[in-house]
Amino acid sequence: MQDFWKRFRRDRLAMIGLATILLLLFVGLFAPVISPYNPNEQFFDGLTLEGSPLPPGERFWFGTDTNGRDQFSRLLYGARTSILIGIIANGIAVIIGSFLGVTAGYLRGPAGATIMRLTDLMMAFPPLLLAIALAAILKPGLAIIIIVIALVNWVQIARVIYSETVALAERDYIEAARALGAGPLRILFRHLLPHLVPTITVYATLGIATTVLLEAMLSFLGRGVQPPTPAWGMMIFESQSYFLNAPWLVFIPGAAILILALSFNLVGDGLRDALDPTQRDGSR
Amino acid sequence: MIGYIARRLVASFLILIGVTMVTFALTFMIPADPVAMLAGRNATAQTREQIRHQLGLDRPLPVQYVTYVARLAVGDFGKSYARKTDVADLIASRLPPTLLLMLGAILAELMIGIPAGIYAASRRGSGADKVAMTLSFVTVSTPQFVVGLTLLYVFAYLLSWFPLSGYGSLSNLILPALTLGMAGGGWYSRMMRSSMIEVLRQDYIRTARAKGMGERRVLLVHGLRNAALPIIAMIGLDIGIFMSGVVVVENVFGWPGIGQLMWQAIQSLDIPIIMGVTTVAALFIVLGNFLADLVAPLIDPRIRLR
Repeated sequence: MQDFWKRFRRDRLAMIGLATILLLLFVGLFAPVISPYNPNEQFFDGLTLEGSPLPPGERFWFGTDTNGRDQFSRLLYGARTSILIGIIANGIAVIIGSFLGVTAGYLRGPAGATIMRLTDLMMAFPPLLLAIALAAILKPGLAIIIIVIALVNWVQIARVIYSETVALAERDYIEAARALGAGPLRILFRHLLPHLVPTITVYATLGIATTVLLEAMLSFLGRGVQPPTPAWGMMIFESQSYFLNAPWLVFIPGAAILILALSFNLVGDGLRDALDPTQRDGSR
Repeated sequence: MIGYIARRLVASFLILIGVTMVTFALTFMIPADPVAMLAGRNATAQTREQIRHQLGLDRPLPVQYVTYVARLAVGDFGKSYARKTDVADLIASRLPPTLLLMLGAILAELMIGIPAGIYAASRRGSGADKVAMTLSFVTVSTPQFVVGLTLLYVFAYLLSWFPLSGYGSLSNLILPALTLGMAGGGWYSRMMRSSMIEVLRQDYIRTARAKGMGERRVLLVHGLRNAALPIIAMIGLDIGIFMSGVVVVENVFGWPGIGQLMWQAIQSLDIPIIMGVTTVAALFIVLGNFLADLVAPLIDPRIRLR
């Protein structure tokens, strides 16, 4: 474990990613304290006389949006939405995926095959389209969006955990545990899961990046969290028609999404290298 | 080989059946009443009953499912709520631009990923390698609408090198294809790099170097050919990723494909179109995976035995 931290700390990009995540977490947590204005307040002086949004300036640091709301405050509150959905939706996906993957990999047989055919079926649907179809059917709201993303995103981790479990289950020590009379639950929790923790950690971190991007896409399509809750993707969706006159309305939230997703990708990659040094030059 | 193809074909067919079950179940979860959507506000109870009967909604579920599949099989995806036209016709007319865009995106990702991967592998551990690999993370971490709007702003609006939107000429295709292929280019550069590093360890590369072949030739002739094969084999799998991406990219660039159709349907909650596009997308993905399965054993004959 100490080795792991030593290796991880040496990965400069991963450390930058970790610091950024902590900063954004802080920003999201303390948004009500930090933000200069109420994110949903429409200011009379928030638009030009012609009704256009204001560019970044002294009063409104990142300018105002098409409704005359403070873009900086909305950005800070948007961090909440992105991180909350990213962590919770992906957390649920990781729990579902790990559980199904380890079950399928340990049980094999018809039950395992059924689970794996289910992942094959899920892979036949483009995640965004399936999420849109689900979000269109159910009424979009924070909880629904979280459930929709979790339902769409559990597949990859299930497949990875499945193949790892299959490989682990063939090892001698599992056979030995079974010979000593260990029951399936004991083998699962004492002998298999601990060895899967590194993989689960890596995919859980990388999965947050995927989730953040999926949530941003959904809200860019108007099917994510609903207004007036600030969400970065929706901020871009709302100002798309004003984009050429007010590019900051797209670039600032766009950069925020990029920074958040990139940070989780960098940390995930750093974790993978640190947890499994033999794989340093491995794929992806 | 024939046994292998037959097995993959059966698997694909079973997945397609599963797909129809999922889409059928989804249409049943829809809270909006399709009868009310078609009949309009002023319909009498009798007209409603008639439409319900016409749609077959008064029959038992298994019968409805079989009818649904039979309809899909002949390309009947129902009628759009808003346009009152056949969804299948709408999708068919929108398909060629989308396929063109995907083709452009495949070219774009190969043209980004393969050279970047070779370059990074040949200078492994150098600053250039690290920059290239970090950039690949940036491309996969940027939402496609941000990539698209940025390219649009810089190259179409500020520099006026390309038209802002539209369809019909090569200059219209470049920016959307680049946007759609950017993330894939990032993945491919990472895969190409590790694949190339693996190939460069092989004995025949050492032989080529030992007989005095130039490094350029070693990389581009022996290295590229062997390292690129596993990547080419994965192109079929891109279709699934592109199917999500086109909704965003076509909307940003006003590209008249099924992505734009989907975008409009999402805004007006035109469920038959949403379900139709989702079904067609699933069909394409299964087809793409099947193609990838066909190509895979040509590259690694061991796969055939699985």
